[in-house]
Amino acid sequence: MSEYILEMKQISKNFSGVKALSNVNFKVEKGEIHCLIGENGAGKSTLMKVLSGVYPYGSYEGDILYGGNVQQFNKISDSVKTGIVIIYQELALFPDLTVYENIFAGNEVKNGGIVDWNKTIAEAKKMLNKVKLDVNPDTLIKDLGVGKRQLVEIAKALSKDVKLLILDEPTAALNEDDSENLLELLRELKEQGITCIMISHKLKEVISIADKATVLRDGQTICTLDASKGEINEGTIIKNMVGRAIEDIYPKREKQAFGGKILELYNWSAYDPQLGRQVVKNVNLHVKKGEIVGIAGLMGSGRTELALSIFGNAKSYKVEGDLVIAGISSMLRHPSDAIKAGIAYVTEDRKGDGLFLIQDIKSNISAANLKGISSNGMINDNEEIKIADHYKKSLTIKASSLEQLVGNLSGGNQQKVSLGKWLFVGPKLLILDEPTRGIDVGAKFEIYTVMNELIKAGMSIIMISSELGEVLGMSDRVYVMAQGEIKGELLIEEANQENIMQLATQ
Amino acid sequence: MGLYKEAKSLISENIRDYGMYIALFVIILTFSFMTDGLFMSSRNISNLLDSAGYIAVLAVGMTLVIVIRHIDLSVGYVAGFLGAIAAILLTQAGVSIYITIPVILLLGIVVGLFNGFLVAQIGIPSFVATLAGMLIFRGALLQVTEKTGTIIIQDDRFNAIGNGYIPSLSQVNGLHLLSLIVGLIGILLYIYSEISTRRNKIKYEFEVVSKGIFVLKLTFISAIIAYLTWILAGYNGFSWTVMIMLLVVIVYHFLTTKTVLGRHVYAVGSNPEAAHLSGMNVKKITYMVFGSMGMLAALSGILFTARLQSATTTAGTLFELDAIAAAYVGGVSSAGGVGKVTGAIIGAIVMASLSNGMNLLGVGISYQYIIRGGVLAGAVIFDVMTRKKR
Repeated sequence: MSEYILEMKQISKNFSGVKALSNVNFKVEKGEIHCLIGENGAGKSTLMKVLSGVYPYGSYEGDILYGGNVQQFNKISDSVKTGIVIIYQELALFPDLTVYENIFAGNEVKNGGIVDWNKTIAEAKKMLNKVKLDVNPDTLIKDLGVGKRQLVEIAKALSKDVKLLILDEPTAALNEDDSENLLELLRELKEQGITCIMISHKLKEVISIADKATVLRDGQTICTLDASKGEINEGTIIKNMVGRAIEDIYPKREKQAFGGKILELYNWSAYDPQLGRQVVKNVNLHVKKGEIVGIAGLMGSGRTELALSIFGNAKSYKVEGDLVIAGISSMLRHPSDAIKAGIAYVTEDRKGDGLFLIQDIKSNISAANLKGISSNGMINDNEEIKIADHYKKSLTIKASSLEQLVGNLSGGNQQKVSLGKWLFVGPKLLILDEPTRGIDVGAKFEIYTVMNELIKAGMSIIMISSELGEVLGMSDRVYVMAQGEIKGELLIEEANQENIMQLATQ
Repeated sequence: MGLYKEAKSLISENIRDYGMYIALFVIILTFSFMTDGLFMSSRNISNLLDSAGYIAVLAVGMTLVIVIRHIDLSVGYVAGFLGAIAAILLTQAGVSIYITIPVILLLGIVVGLFNGFLVAQIGIPSFVATLAGMLIFRGALLQVTEKTGTIIIQDDRFNAIGNGYIPSLSQVNGLHLLSLIVGLIGILLYIYSEISTRRNKIKYEFEVVSKGIFVLKLTFISAIIAYLTWILAGYNGFSWTVMIMLLVVIVYHFLTTKTVLGRHVYAVGSNPEAAHLSGMNVKKITYMVFGSMGMLAALSGILFTARLQSATTTAGTLFELDAIAAAYVGGVSSAGGVGKVTGAIIGAIVMASLSNGMNLLGVGISYQYIIRGGVLAGAVIFDVMTRKKR
């Protein structure tokens, strides 16, 4: 009978009224590899942030028992002291520093306040040996590949005398060989008595490595599966991941006949020179007039990049392939070209790159179509107020006045302002990137209703979404993306949560 | 009752906009009191405004540069250098003033566009790019004035820009007639534009302030314009410097508040990513703002050179920092997207009033710097505090 190294009991966490976690229970036995799985937004990362002290004690409800004692972490360094180390998906290394400097960054080998570099290098070599990474400790991080960087992160964790290692999607950016190496290393660490929690979207990995697997859904623990009882298999996991019935939160719309193709992509690829890799690979798709096309997939599957490459190549990727708009082969070099061609893009990150938070509602709504409220370059303030007022009413934006700053609105109302801004452009094709992320159910329903009205009026919509329920509830047709590629196309009649998840986790 | 309450809530809602006007009012009152009214004498006010001119036009351009989240450190020596070039053209080359001024302004635009190129196209941080420009133009200024030293300008028409006044036509009770007419036209234009805006709003059935407050506001602003006109008319009337300042403010105020271009500037400043995704050309806006900054630097150089009636080897020293200080006192935010042209002018006048008033009182230069520094810090603290509240 083995003991629990970690017990998280009845953990609840709210973000300004939205429940991210409710009464989550999560137990990890000493010396096991425990996988944490769930859809995007299921609460996995939040749970790990609660554990590591990113969200300090008191900002959540419930207890963390670690090594048998209740812990009250106020900051990350508190959890590190007890041997809990978390390695995030975006690695936290300093690219311009050497391997040994990185391993001991924040944890320097000191001799009376002065760093002992010789000892540091000697210690670093030991750590590198442990993770079987054969590089000179003098190497700069930026000269290493992603796989090796991951190992440096683990070496860094080992240097802190780690007892519980948490990995957030460690293999997301790795190729198969590097992934296999990493998993092998985790098995060895387990032999040495290090407990490991791994968040992963790749089910094959989970099946090959996990002793236990806990599934989270909508901020709740669904079940904990045990490999020794043969419970960890693809079918069981997917069933538990998606399990929820599609509730009646999607307004009905009548089936309508679609018109001609409004957008077609042939062999469409995009290369991101900053990341130095292909973000969209060989995509073929089309959208018809009056149709809602869902694009499903997990985070990082290239959906947003696809949208940006269509929307006037807004991030200056190197694009290849053919883009055909309403039957005419087109070249869009700037978002303004895309707007002229009748495409609108409601961004995923409305606060980051969607809205002008320090400006008021009316300036935000008119921002993408100032021509529509001006003549000879001069703004007609009254026309602007009239139009903003129209969208405030038709989209039921709740605000004290049109002069209210958008930064002070709730998420749902911000999203409606964003939508209003793009509807004022009068697009033929509306691309919605995660249209209902972080907003409450009531506002969601209103946005779905607006979408239905829009396609009834002849608009076409591409809806990118991580919420399977939303994809199934709103789309006429679904493309599933993974690793920058379209892995499958499903008519809504044949699509279900299981087959979408299967394509997305390939 | 109602009127008082409405006025009170208007002021507390817009405290951030009114803050610097209140500060200016307090400064004027304090100095008037301490100098037994000498501060508000016709001659002193006329002098004060003329001495603020070359920094005020820089502050207008600088405000826009800061609004789009950049900075321009080169403007001081660009003004000094282009002032010297103007002097050389007028004296050594014998070029007419009517050609010299447009050429200098054009050169300013070219310099500004080059800064814009470094920032927008090459992607050099504006601080570094314009710091380089500052060094280069300091050297260039020394280079062109090295042989001759100070270049004295004899052209009366050019010198009038910094020292002269608009013609008076005739005197009425010892007051300057044309200045009175200009002031009157100003008041009438102001009242007309306010009333037509209000009518328009009522036509669209939008909310407007109550009639009482509206009349109060009209009377108040008109009285201020009238008082200022009366003071200036009692001396030599409006100077050409003040007329140029007014022209710059009116044009820039119009551009920033009423045009699509102005909207683009503030949008780029408040969120460049969102501006790009809204189809705006962020690079073009960066070019235009730096180009306008260059032109205003040239104008500042002309004003300063004309005021001194000569080009000196040290012209332009620290202008850029005075302009930046004026812009911040005028309420611009370094986080971008916030800042008004009218604020920049008031900021410049606040700073000039401080120097002027302290000079009248005979405060030592060491204390003057300390007090001006304190006012700058105080203005930014006030800005940060009031922003948190909204």
